Amino acid sequence: MKERVQVVENIFSANDRLATENRARLDQHRVLGLNLMASPGAGKTSLIERTLAVLKEEMRVAVVDGDVATSIDADRAAAAGATAIQINTGGECHLDAVMLQGALRELPLASLDLLIVENVGNLICPASFSLGTHFSVLIASVPEGDDKPYKYPAMYRGVDALVINKIDLRPYVEFNLEYFQAGVEMLNPGLVTLPLSCRTGEGLEAWLAWVRGQLKELRHG
Amino acid sequence: MHELPVTESILEIALRYAAQAEAHRITDIYIVIGQLASIVDDSVQFYWDIVSADTIAAGARLHFERTPAEMLCLSCQETYQPGEGDLACPACGSRQVKVIAGEEFRMDAIEVETLEEARARELGSAE
Repeated sequence: MKERVQVVENIFSANDRLATENRARLDQHRVLGLNLMASPGAGKTSLIERTLAVLKEEMRVAVVDGDVATSIDADRAAAAGATAIQINTGGECHLDAVMLQGALRELPLASLDLLIVENVGNLICPASFSLGTHFSVLIASVPEGDDKPYKYPAMYRGVDALVINKIDLRPYVEFNLEYFQAGVEMLNPGLVTLPLSCRTGEGLEAWLAWVRGQLKELRHG
Repeated sequence: MHELPVTESILEIALRYAAQAEAHRITDIYIVIGQLASIVDDSVQFYWDIVSADTIAAGARLHFERTPAEMLCLSCQETYQPGEGDLACPACGSRQVKVIAGEEFRMDAIEVETLEEARARELGSAE
């Protein structure tokens, strides 16, 4: 004899609850939280360096770096002028809300304006774990290939903005921008798309303007 | 892949509901996975045997139900189930579409035995 017990609970609910708490902490201090996701080598850390070079003069920025091992990325962010915290996930393929909660405890939220979270380089797992940040930003890059939206639909569907990095390499690699954008449009109609090159600096101003705009919206919106 | 923390979540939810029901043992767990959710049942099953050991859920059967994706076309309002790899609207060809189902990943129910039921079963099998 067995008894059936109704559950109907989202398996990610524990993470989602904590993500809501993280968001509340950020909102309380009016800190804009960005979750940067990308495959390894797309340029997450380079974009953070480029962003800090300009925005650290205008606002107080902290970076939380998720990585399987090493503090290479957090060291780069600290060298670029941010308060940086490294989270070593110890093999986990993504950051989750618990890890970010721990990092938030260590950060002086009251004296911050912008929190950039650099997720683990991975186009699959981070999409399933909300962190509580205000916006998820995906950084694609030209040498990865134009088929990525088709191959990683969950990631492309779930983000609020898309950076296309390394556009200076377009003359040298096969990358059909129309095909790429058709895939993006199918998964995430109207997605804000910011093509840029961290190497040459082309397009960076539009990205910085987007970040400034979101902070302004959070503060005055 | 993140099937290990996912499996730990499944265990945590199942144990919580079993405790509320004052269950002695969890025998079955019913999980719904949308076609678009990137979860691999076999990996969850593999971790399950490890994470559930020494709990009242040890040996419970995991039942996975895959539910199809459902899309809404934002151009012509058609709802449809997308084919493999192509999410475009079959009626008008539009790619302005929205996922309305297929990303879910939830536990619908568990089946449990209370202590009395377990005793009754053991008595029954002893006869």
